Amino acid sequence: MAMASVPALERHRGIRVGASRAGGALRRVGTFVAVLAALCGLWEGYKWLWEWAGWTWPFTVDDVTMPHLHDILAAFAEPTTTGGPVLIDSLLHAAWFTAKEALAGFVLGALIGFGLAVVLAHSRLLERGLLPYIVASQTVPILAIAPMVVVGLGSKGLEGWKAVAILAAYLTFFPVAINALRGLHSVDARALELMNSYAASRWKVLWRLRVPASLPFIFTALKISATASVIGAIIGETPASIQDGLGGAIVNFNQYYSLQPTFLWATNIVAAGLGISIFALVALTERVVLRRAPENVA
Amino acid sequence: MEPVPPGVVRAIGGRFVDWLPALAVFALGLALWQGLTTAFNVQTFLLPKPTDIATAFWNDRGTLWDYGLYTLKEAAGGFAMGCSAGILVALLLARFRGLGLALLPFAIAANAIPIIAFAPITNNWFGLLNPVSKMVIAAVLCFFPTMINTLRGLTSVHPSSIELMRSYGGGELAVFRRVRIPNALPFMFTGLKVSAVLSMIGAIVGEYFGGPTNALGVSILNDSQLFDFPRAWAGIMLASAFGIAFYAAVSVAERLTTSWHPSARTFRSE
Amino acid sequence: MSAPGRVVSISGLTKSFKTGVTALQEIDLDIRPGEFVSLIGPSGCGKSTLLRIVGDLVQPTSGTVLVNGKTAHRARLDHDYGIVFQDSVLYDWRTVSRNVSLPLEMLGWSRARRKERVREMLELVELTGFESNRPWQLSGGMQQRVSIARALSFDPALLLMDEPFGALDEMTRERLNMELLRIWEKAASTIVFVTHSIPEAVFLSTRVVVMSARPGRIADVVDVDLPQPRGAETREQPRFFELVTAVREALAAGGRGQPAPTLPAGTEERY
Repeated sequence: MAMASVPALERHRGIRVGASRAGGALRRVGTFVAVLAALCGLWEGYKWLWEWAGWTWPFTVDDVTMPHLHDILAAFAEPTTTGGPVLIDSLLHAAWFTAKEALAGFVLGALIGFGLAVVLAHSRLLERGLLPYIVASQTVPILAIAPMVVVGLGSKGLEGWKAVAILAAYLTFFPVAINALRGLHSVDARALELMNSYAASRWKVLWRLRVPASLPFIFTALKISATASVIGAIIGETPASIQDGLGGAIVNFNQYYSLQPTFLWATNIVAAGLGISIFALVALTERVVLRRAPENVA
Repeated sequence: MEPVPPGVVRAIGGRFVDWLPALAVFALGLALWQGLTTAFNVQTFLLPKPTDIATAFWNDRGTLWDYGLYTLKEAAGGFAMGCSAGILVALLLARFRGLGLALLPFAIAANAIPIIAFAPITNNWFGLLNPVSKMVIAAVLCFFPTMINTLRGLTSVHPSSIELMRSYGGGELAVFRRVRIPNALPFMFTGLKVSAVLSMIGAIVGEYFGGPTNALGVSILNDSQLFDFPRAWAGIMLASAFGIAFYAAVSVAERLTTSWHPSARTFRSE
Repeated sequence: MSAPGRVVSISGLTKSFKTGVTALQEIDLDIRPGEFVSLIGPSGCGKSTLLRIVGDLVQPTSGTVLVNGKTAHRARLDHDYGIVFQDSVLYDWRTVSRNVSLPLEMLGWSRARRKERVREMLELVELTGFESNRPWQLSGGMQQRVSIARALSFDPALLLMDEPFGALDEMTRERLNMELLRIWEKAASTIVFVTHSIPEAVFLSTRVVVMSARPGRIADVVDVDLPQPRGAETREQPRFFELVTAVREALAAGGRGQPAPTLPAGTEERY
């Protein structure tokens, strides 16, 4: 279909910058730094203005509710207990602990979800029977069950981190299953006809056609599930039974918040970092596996 | 949380006979649950019998219902705040594309932050007992799906549509008003449906970090810590029901406003 | 409606893109009122770009374009032309009648006046009774007819059409060709029509402008002296075949131009 290239008009949303790679990357870094600086400025500016004006809406601003950014950064170097390890050390350990739980569950859930999708793609009856529940289950507040699961399984002797991993697996399993199923079905009818003309077995069709077609869908789900797994892990840890992870750290530092607000903020920064890193890992994997830029939209 | 793919309901089928397998599974599942928990005397630590849960709910239905409404209020407040902010930002980013391109990686990264970890901080800001502290959590959870989906809808416009508008002498405003915004409605509703579910979850989980005793999340947490699992599960089921009802309400609104949308897109290609 | 003198006057028009590709080079073309002019040529000859420059949807690099004696920009803002694309570009959220009335709404017509005009236009394209239907309920051919109704709804002097029937099957295409001629006669408009199909160009036009590619130039102009009104039997006349052959030979003689330069990877530009 003839479509004039019109600089002034609309292009497709997957805008590709035609500039050289180096220039583009430099610009990207520059924008990142600029936005980060702007956010920091916004924080300190807001704090200064609210304290100076004495406004109490939406909440009173002081060094406890909004510590200075440099104070938060300084806190990373402080010891958590007298003579104990420095904050950044214990936070990184906690993050690693949480990450392992989340990843274990994430991988397990993804595999099971994918397997289920393959089964459902081949059996219309099973699909009809199970699909509504798979869909409805996403409205069940799994995260709401998290503490209960961990407490309950813990009282039965199951190690805390395993329960959390199961939680992460559950959070991953359903989105992956649904998206994989959608992807397996998304194959162009003509491509299927071609395969049939080669008298290809169902297995071959699966691996050569359906699975590659489903990969973009699966990665969409994986990106969401990766984040959800981390959140699930943190939530699962909070009922104070698992001290080693970020959830435990949050509960700890929350108790002493009025004395040491910076510790909780520092923990949240690390938690944010963890969430973003795992997401970035999946996005990177997507780029490598699919050999194209991941969709710009989550 | 992935929204329900379009056409799924259609694929499952509009006829009653299509729903039979699903109903069969439901009945089977329920019976299995009841049977297994009774037969093997599975301690009610984790998975109480459905009948126990039902009884627990019935006994406390008044209280639990009130708690549920309180939490629903938090969720609804967060939904309203987060979604309106999301829509506004989406409009802004669609209008000023350069800004959108620069900020998009940040939005995606921010979406990966465990917002729930900020619950203790919002409690500190607004007070443990103040519903606003949970509303803020719910609002942040609602913001991203709504913003991203609405933005997608505003920008996935056929270039020819815009050329057409320009041929009528229309400027950016006309394009927005007559093309982008109507086009974005189905996308926006996808985001709203996801947000409806997330807002409820956000409110409940936010309450796990502390809240008033008349909140559903606090009640669930208390019950599980006291090992009163049937009542805890009853609370969960209620929360789930509220979440589904919220989702359904948004779906109805969607149906009413976008009845023109060709739901001809099927879930399967065969 | 149509001014005396030229409806479209193009002189020395050149269009180059940033990538270095020259889409159009030194185009001179005059179109008189009431003419039906087809632009035909191989892919890359710039015919669609030329159409869009006339519509002020693309800016030329140099040269002048006058529409109705004004600049293309002024003509666009004055709603002097209607445009029809290959894709009918109907809005899903509007019914057929509301799609047709879209330009009228933008022109600020009153509801009563819009309603009457929509009724007239749908009658013109023989789609009376489909007012409340949605676009996806119509066939491709019907959608294009709605698109044409919309383009003519505000009585523009000029109608620009970019391969409007390209996506339709041959039989629908021939039928719509006849309808278009009927509409052209009734509405007494001037039409500039881009197409890939030689028989279509000859059947519809009073003049066929043959273009060559890379760079886009006018290779030849073939006057079509077939009698009006034209009908199914016109396609079977010997003179029709002679003209089709003439156009075909003009296309071949115009050549493919220079070999296509390779476009840098990542740019999405097609003419």
